[in-house]
Amino acid sequence: MEISTHDLWTVLHGMGFGALFMLAFSGALAEIYRMAASGPGGQPSSRERTLLNFYLVAMVILAWFTVISGAYVVYPWYRAVPPAGTTDLADYPRRLLLSSGKTSEWHNVGMEWKEHVAWIAPIAMTMVAYVIMKYGRALTKPRHLRTAVLGFTVAAFVATGVAGAFGAFLNKYAPVRGGSVIILMEGEQ
Amino acid sequence: MSVSRNPSDVDSILNGAGAAALLAAGIGCAVLGILALAGDASERIGSFLNFYNPTGTLSGVTDLAILAWLVSWFVLNRAWRDRTVAMVKVSVLSFALLAVGFLLTFPPFMDLLQGK
Repeated sequence: MEISTHDLWTVLHGMGFGALFMLAFSGALAEIYRMAASGPGGQPSSRERTLLNFYLVAMVILAWFTVISGAYVVYPWYRAVPPAGTTDLADYPRRLLLSSGKTSEWHNVGMEWKEHVAWIAPIAMTMVAYVIMKYGRALTKPRHLRTAVLGFTVAAFVATGVAGAFGAFLNKYAPVRGGSVIILMEGEQ
Repeated sequence: MSVSRNPSDVDSILNGAGAAALLAAGIGCAVLGILALAGDASERIGSFLNFYNPTGTLSGVTDLAILAWLVSWFVLNRAWRDRTVAMVKVSVLSFALLAVGFLLTFPPFMDLLQGK
């Protein structure tokens, strides 16, 4: 069982950071909605608030790790330019997709949208975490601020969903390959 | 934008710091979209935004969007942190800017604006 360094980074970017961030939304949305809907009576205890703060900070860190690893580690491999005369484009995902009309829109629409829209998520979630941590229980009072925070959390979720879905499809049609091989396990034969 | 008190839409706590963070996030998202469009529409701007060659134009688009977000957050926070601002107006503007960010990063909409 072996994996290449490029594969490993792609998995870390998509599954390690991105998917974990995406999964965390269900908890964050439920808790923020509960704060927004319940009013002062249904507010979390200080222990629950501390837990929520840790949860949100973890989400913010995951969001930034996802976009930075995507843009500065995986994306350069995706957009690598093949040497002149190269006919096997398997190691050049962008060129591979653009080489056929059947796959070119995965790059022109999918990747072009994904690479930009994904950055909305960490910006929005950093703001959400800051506001919730700053106002704490007092966030039950400013209704419009609370609603806006919930709205930006949903927007971050949508941006992550778009980026994640296109990432999964792109990795299916033109996976990022290459790099040195890491042997994880040796088989019997 | 007016930030004067209006009894119909102000909140009962100092909301300035939260409003500053919210509007700055909207500004960051809108700048992201505007730069993505500009980099796509103009080869010269695209070239200028190529801060880090392996990542290409995306590096400049995202670096400048983050810079715009952080600078606007700092400036707005200094101006509003001890005030109560009209949150409805700030919210509407922030969501409009967020929508700009989503729309201008969507390639078919970018192509439509460029007449492609």
